[in-house]
Parts: sequence; structure tokens; C-alpha cells
Amino acid sequence: MIIFSTARDEMEDKLVIAGRKIGSRLLVGTGKFASPQIMADALEKSGTEIVTVALRRVDIENENDDMLSAIDRNKYLLLANTSGARDADEAVRLSKLARAATGINWVKLEVTPDPYYLLPDPVETLKAAEILVKDDFVVLPYINADPILAKKLEDAGTATVMPLASPIGSNQGLKTRSALEIIIEQANVPVVVDAGLGLPSHAAEAMEIGADAVLVNTAIAAADEPSQMAAAFKLAVRAGRMAYTCGPAARSKRASASSPLTGFLGDKNQASK
Amino acid sequence: MIDIRTILAEKGLDAGAQNWQKRFGQVSSNDVERALSESAGYYSLKKLLALISPAAEDYLEEMAQSAQQLTIQRFGRTIRLYAPLYLSSYCINSCRYCGFNRINECERTRLTVEQAVGEAELLADEGFTDILLVSSEDREFINTDYLAELAGKLREKFSSVSIEIYQGSGAEYAKLFAAGIEGVTLYQETYDRKAYRYYHPAGPKSDYDSRLLCPDGIAAAGMREVGLGVLLGLTDWRVEILAIAEHAHYLMKRYWQSHVSFSFPRLRPASDVNDSQFRYLVGDKNLAQMIMAMRLCFADAGLVLSTRENAKLRDHLIKLGITRISAGSRTSPGGYSGRTNAVEQFEIDDNRSPAQVAAMIKKQGFKPVWKDWDRAFTIDY
Repeated sequence: MIIFSTARDEMEDKLVIAGRKIGSRLLVGTGKFASPQIMADALEKSGTEIVTVALRRVDIENENDDMLSAIDRNKYLLLANTSGARDADEAVRLSKLARAATGINWVKLEVTPDPYYLLPDPVETLKAAEILVKDDFVVLPYINADPILAKKLEDAGTATVMPLASPIGSNQGLKTRSALEIIIEQANVPVVVDAGLGLPSHAAEAMEIGADAVLVNTAIAAADEPSQMAAAFKLAVRAGRMAYTCGPAARSKRASASSPLTGFLGDKNQASK
Repeated sequence: MIDIRTILAEKGLDAGAQNWQKRFGQVSSNDVERALSESAGYYSLKKLLALISPAAEDYLEEMAQSAQQLTIQRFGRTIRLYAPLYLSSYCINSCRYCGFNRINECERTRLTVEQAVGEAELLADEGFTDILLVSSEDREFINTDYLAELAGKLREKFSSVSIEIYQGSGAEYAKLFAAGIEGVTLYQETYDRKAYRYYHPAGPKSDYDSRLLCPDGIAAAGMREVGLGVLLGLTDWRVEILAIAEHAHYLMKRYWQSHVSFSFPRLRPASDVNDSQFRYLVGDKNLAQMIMAMRLCFADAGLVLSTRENAKLRDHLIKLGITRISAGSRTSPGGYSGRTNAVEQFEIDDNRSPAQVAAMIKKQGFKPVWKDWDRAFTIDY
């Protein structure tokens, strides 16, 4: 439990991934925006420091690619993702391509063989993670909310785990909450809740249960006012984090003035006669 | 496991419209409202039946709102652009609606691999990275070796290469997939056996069953995109849409790693083909209805619209569920370099340049997407 007493403490509550201090606990994806400019405005307003980019969508070897050139690399860490990879081989190949083109060895590992719900393949993700970690990649794997898989990936040396809240792009919120709570409880690496967060309140909820960060894309990009929605998520993530670190009061379903089951014990602790 | 032939036969979806017309007529406004209140994006035959019924024509605005919202949620504010590249107009089939029909006495042409690469370079200069290779049934010349060689050369400039050619075997598709071709479009044209026989009187394509089973082979070979389509105007469109949806649903369940997309080609005038002979031509209203209904039943399916349709209509339809469109198309081999007098497969109706189409997409608040795949997925380089 972290308790802050001053604003300075809160400012220093930094997310650390693979030894790198990250100032914002909101990661933002770049798909689905109506234009590179709208995307750039939303990134700015979100306060994010890590921006994910689908390798399938950009021409990673071309500096003039319209999306890539709209992402200021002095401000944001570019985190390429392997979205669309069907198996470990494809994900590894795409990761190497991204590293060769950008010089960045961080990769958001996505192995999503099902083209409809884009759910992550646990077997191939673990396999790819093992290969990439050995090859000096900083690996941030997208996974189902599976606590055992999260531990296995951690053992394999991934920098984070990124379990989904609900199917990607679905905006359904924390459907996997109980499994996320287990993952968070057991993790030794940052837990970034990824996919399915449709509203700022969902992001706040993820932070309140102790997630280290969240990743949001569709909810921002598909909003009528993406940059305003990005700002709303920024606030929600901060609020949720603050609430978590404050040690929230316990919740109860009913008032607890009387003790119907233990009243007979009385106030004093002595043997009954 | 039962295959698609049995599924269609059991539901009477390959036997003409008579059985179904009555059921369509029985759909009430209640049924339509129920279908609209169900979770958007999931398929059932009953739901689709309601959404494409005559009764649903009173609910087009509601359908449009819902289809637009769902498409933006799943695909974002984006429209993918692709270009067809016609390779040959020599054909051994005799489809009654097609300008390449073997009995059509017209000037034909075929491109060598080098000529095809030259045409493709013109498309790359326009900004395309997604190319669809199209050919009539000219197996002698446009064979798998030709296609594999061409795909290898196109990989330099194109992130996605797919084909729309005569039907092949599973082994042929596997070879083409290994060569870097990742999508195949193959229209059944019509699911009505009787109509199929009439419109495809001769040639290899006249075999309904082998055509129907071909997408199984495409998906089994590992192809990522399987494109389905019916040629609208041959028979009652409502029954055709039910059949194609059943076909897609079957493929999605069985080949869960392949992505299914749908095209909505309406019959167009073509050389020696007069569209007045077709009794089932589909109006704009019903075209929009079927596109929106398919979106509401298949949240993540690709919905494709070609330059067969006119500019004004395309500008509207991209807001109602369409995710991928062609632009600046030429439908004869060699058409981009303009060095041909050869016959077109059909006349196009949107003559804008790719840049003009991209500008239109932007103006409507969408991002034109030229690249949504990467050659690194398929080819080690």
C-alpha cells in the first residue's frame, strides 16, 4: 500500500517499466482515428507518454508515413504492436522488423489468430515472448485475463503483462474484473489493463483495483470529440490511481450498527457462567 | 460434419425464392424491432430475415444509425482503399452477364508478368499498397506459376496482394499463399441452383457444387481473407443474402482464422450484355438495406464496394457499414497504362481518381487507409 501525503509524492508515483520511468499511467493506441491530426491532438490531450502503433497499419521503414510522422518521438515512446500476427513466428518477425526500422526494442506482443474478436492466443504469445526476451526485446504482452499465463510470462521475463478487460474494441468495461484482481495481486511486473475500456469510469475502476496503467484506443478514437475524451481519460486514470493509493474505505452492503450474531458475547472477554 | 451444400439444401436456400417469399412477407414490424433491439453485430438467420424483409424498409434510418455506430466502433473512422489489376480477358466460360464471356466476339488481351508489374507500378504511384489481381478463366496463361512470380515481384511495393480469379484447388491456393498472396475473392454469383445453371451454361464454372465448396479450400489453405459475393440482379436478392450469410457463418465457424468479407456487386452494362434482360435488378434502397443488415449481423466482416457504383451513392454508403472500396479502377487488362482497346469486364460508374476518392473520404470525416497489412506477415525478408 502506498500512502501519499503531498502533491510531490503523487507526482513521484511514477510507473516504471523495464527500468524506465513513465510519467503517465495512460497508454494510448493510434488506430481508428479519422485523421493523423485528430490523433495527434488526442495524444497531446491524453498526457500519455507511450503510444502504440500497429505495424500492419504503418510503413515502419518510411519516415514520411502519415501516421508515424504525426507522432512526436521526442514526446512519446513509440510502442509497435504485432496486431494481426497469427502465431509466434509472425509476431517475432514483425517485432524484428520494427526494431530494425526504429531502433526501439520495446514491443507490444499481440498474437491474435481469430480475426473477429482479436482474442490473444496464450500458447503462441508465451512462445513468442520467450523468443523475444532472449533476443533482448522489452516485451509487453497482450493477454487474456489469465493469472497463470501472467505468471508464466513474468517468469519468461516480460516487462509487463497486459490483460484485457473485455474483448478489444468492445467498450464493455471490466468484464474480467475478478481475474484481473488475481493478476494484480500476484504480479511482480506492472499490470497494464488493455482492451475493452469504453468509458473513463472503466479506466478509473481498473486503476482503483490496483492496475499500474491502462491502455485505451477505441473509446478515444471513436468518440465524437476524441481529444476531449482523451482528456477525460487522463483525469479518470489519475483519479483512479489516487483513490487506489489513498486506501479506500471498505464497502458494505448494509449498515453495521448492531451485531445480530455476536451480540451475545458482550463487551467483556470473560468465561460465561 | 455437414458441409455447406447440405446446410443450404436443408433450408431451401439453393432452390429459388418461392419458399422464402412467403416468409419474407410474414415479417412484421414487431419482428424488425426485435431484430434491431438484439445485440448488434451477431448473426442469426431469423434476425437477418427480419432486417432484409420488406417490413424493414420502414426502419432504414434506425438501421443506418446502428450500422454506422457499430462500424465506427469496430473499424474506426477509416475506409480501406484497394485497386483491381486485370491480368487477362481470355476466358473459357460463358457466363451470360459477363463481358469476357467466351462467345463474346471482342478484342481480348493478357498481360505478361512484366506488363502486369508495369501496370502495378502505376497503381503504387497513386498510393495504393493493397492490390487485387483479377483474371478470367485463362488457366493456360494465368497459372499458379505466373501468379506466384507476379506476387513475388509485387511484394516490393504492395503490403497486401490478393486475387479474384477462376476457382482453384486447395493445393493451388496453398502454393499461392506461400508465394505471399493472402486473400481470395470468389463469388458464387447465385446460390440458386437453377439460376446458376442458366447463367453458367458451359465451361468449368458451370459446376455449381465445386464452386460452392471452393471457399472451403481457400480457407483451409490458410488464406487470411475469403471474399464472398453474389451478383445482384440474377435472382431475388433477399434469398441470395440469406444464402451468402449462411455460407459465411459456416466458414467462420469452421475456418476460424480466416476473415470473411462480402461484396455487393450489382449487374452493370457490359459488352454484348444488356441489363434489360435481367428481371431482378436491385435498387439503391435495397442495396443500402442489405449492406446495413449484413453489418448488423456480422460486426467485423469486411464489406466491400467497387466502382461499379456511382460516386454519389458510394459517398453515402461508406457511412453505412462499408469498410473497403476500390478507386480509379480500370476493368480491362492494361487499362491503367491505356495501351489497350480490349474489352472491359463491365463499365465502371465512379470515374474519380484515387486522390479524389481519398479527398472525399477525408471530407466525410474518415481516414483513407492505404495500408492495413504488411508483407512481413507472409514473407520473411
